Amino acid sequence: MNRIDSPAALQTLRDEIRSARDPERPCITICAGSGCLAYGTRDLVDHFREEIGRHGLEGLVELRTSGCHGFCERGPMAVIDPQRIYYQRIGLEDAREIIEKTILGGEIIDRLLYEDPLTGQRIVRVDDVPFYKKQLRVVFGGNGTIDPEKIEDYIGIGGYEALAKVLSAMKPEEVVRQVGEAGLRGRGGGGFPAGRKWAATRQAAGSPKYVICNADEGDPGAYMDRSLLEGNPHSVLEGMIIGAYAVGAGLGYVYVRNEYPLAVRNISQAVGKARECGLLGADILGSGFGFDVLITRGGGAFVCGESSALFASIEGRAGEPRAKYVHATDKGLFDRPTCLNNVETWANVPLIIRNGVSWYRNIGTAGSKGTKIFSLVGKINNTGLVEVPMGTTLREIIFDIGGGIPGGRRFKAVQTGGPSGGCIPEQFLDMAVDFDALTEIGSMMGSGGMIVMDERTCMVDVAKYFLRFLEEESCGKCTPCREGILQMRRILDRITEGEGKMDDLETLTWMGAAIKDGALCALGQSAPNPVLTTLRYFREEYEAHIRDKRCPAGVCKALISYVVDSEACTGCHVCARVCPSGAVEGEKKEVHRIDAAICIRCGACYEACKFDAIKII
Amino acid sequence: MESKIRKICERYEADRCFLVPILQDVQQALNYLPRAALEQVGVELGIPLSRVYEVATFYRAFSLQPRGRTHLSLCTGTACHVRGAPLVREHLERRLGIRAGETTPDLAYTFETVNCLGACALGPILTVNGEYHGHITMAKADKILKKMEKGVETDEQD
Repeated sequence: MNRIDSPAALQTLRDEIRSARDPERPCITICAGSGCLAYGTRDLVDHFREEIGRHGLEGLVELRTSGCHGFCERGPMAVIDPQRIYYQRIGLEDAREIIEKTILGGEIIDRLLYEDPLTGQRIVRVDDVPFYKKQLRVVFGGNGTIDPEKIEDYIGIGGYEALAKVLSAMKPEEVVRQVGEAGLRGRGGGGFPAGRKWAATRQAAGSPKYVICNADEGDPGAYMDRSLLEGNPHSVLEGMIIGAYAVGAGLGYVYVRNEYPLAVRNISQAVGKARECGLLGADILGSGFGFDVLITRGGGAFVCGESSALFASIEGRAGEPRAKYVHATDKGLFDRPTCLNNVETWANVPLIIRNGVSWYRNIGTAGSKGTKIFSLVGKINNTGLVEVPMGTTLREIIFDIGGGIPGGRRFKAVQTGGPSGGCIPEQFLDMAVDFDALTEIGSMMGSGGMIVMDERTCMVDVAKYFLRFLEEESCGKCTPCREGILQMRRILDRITEGEGKMDDLETLTWMGAAIKDGALCALGQSAPNPVLTTLRYFREEYEAHIRDKRCPAGVCKALISYVVDSEACTGCHVCARVCPSGAVEGEKKEVHRIDAAICIRCGACYEACKFDAIKII
Repeated sequence: MESKIRKICERYEADRCFLVPILQDVQQALNYLPRAALEQVGVELGIPLSRVYEVATFYRAFSLQPRGRTHLSLCTGTACHVRGAPLVREHLERRLGIRAGETTPDLAYTFETVNCLGACALGPILTVNGEYHGHITMAKADKILKKMEKGVETDEQD
């Protein structure tokens, strides 16, 4: 593509792109996010291409692969325009039928429509599907409509318009002021006001200055940043360029997890395209302002999501955090003033500039403006990425959008904030979610992971899971984190093995407080949260493990037994076949029995039994 | 090996800031990071071996041991955890006779866990040489191993 050398040229190009699009021409947009690709979407795209060719429809039907549509549970999926038909769980063999019936015949294929589990009704239009209907997809919306590899797609939906406005008509101070007034808070975890960070970097002495996009999305169960980088990388870049102009930076870095190969590829490609078009590099849009971006891949260390550890990693060192007596805005990367924001935060910036501060302030709560993307995962019917205004209640997110808990099981808790967050019990389901409300009840927003847990999830086991995670990921620099987490985990090991003492609960509480006070960085300071919140809200579960030597959820191996329900057992012998320890006794066609002394509680029989005859007690 | 490593370092203009991506590329080219490779990277970038070693042992992505021909990686993110990943992990450890993070002595398999792949709808997930297998159960894991073993046998016959 040619270099775009002025805001006017950009507008002309946008008009051309828009007028070249025939809104009536059929377009099949297939989700090609990482989740759908794992379902085999690439083959599906090939099938569609083949079918389009076979029917001589090239040029008449557009086939587009886009980023993640968010409803990962239902992949592979496609939206067919102009009717906005939503097909889900599409098999390879369905491609032909879709072309013949829907594209050529205008007929809806009932089988591929989403069925509302509440009403049993099949829904045709994507926007009517409850999962989408109740969302407000302003940041994430572009994902479903553009091909991330095509910069013209992004320009077509208004991309780089905000940048043009900033470079041609706004002073850097004005940009900082608008971001501050909008009330944008960091989406990566802490929720620090972005405007203050930007202002501090702008005012800091020293040069060069840097902007950094933190895409080291380490919270397990959170993947919105990956989806944005994969599906709409230019929106993140545009935010960074605007930020660089505002704070006075000439170079930026995107620090992205190496576990996200597609995100690495798409953002790298976007940077290349942007350079080609003159949206990165010297003299952007003829404004005289120059800025470039480098991509750095992480090395698989969770702690590198912490800003000072991230700087160390970019500098080519081990990612150990340092004490923050001096802020990154004064001395960050290479000891220079640095403005670091997370992927989603950067992607919010162009929207604020383009739509205005008051538009943005109208969305959200008093203390948290705008929307937030949550990744709704775990024991939930509609796994996926959900964007809602700040202040939406947990109940709306989990039940109205998420469709509730599978198998008719009971909701127990939702875990937010990753390893730094906490487990929120049922009593808070009607709480309006924003940064401050979550902190108040002992959890935190984090990057927006929401892991739903049901009655079969053991809260002591979950707490132990996070401690083990953090124990492995602790960089080892400060003692409270390195040793404290280890000791807390050992206590939880004891409790889950039935060897706990009631005193342990007090010990966990004061140790948690000590680690919070004493650890060097946010990883350590927030590490006790999963234990402290489960102790606070699910104390009876800890007590059941300690006093009654019982795991109510049936998870902790030392405290459970697998038994055969003699009424349900058909004697099919499958359990005996899969048992690795030879613990299942009984002849074929007779009721089986599990010898608890030999059983290693691996769960193989439970998984294999088709008659629900294995019970956990 | 020497020319491969030199080329990789040159691609990053021998800038020591790119130590992490350089080691990633070296590992990709060599399957793991042998001592000689670490030494050479140190020389190319003008930094002591101790610095290279520090970084190579800090990040999870690096292996100083040879890795297996088949790379199994089980996601143990929170969503996969609550959906039963721990049972699958133990099952694979039993089947392969190694702990997560280790390689079988015959170099057939390396089995690792990964914190989160961000494909939670498919959880629990096992990747086999980068290919995703969703909703993994013990039985499904067995099937995959069987298939791999057959594949290995035919390879050897060829």
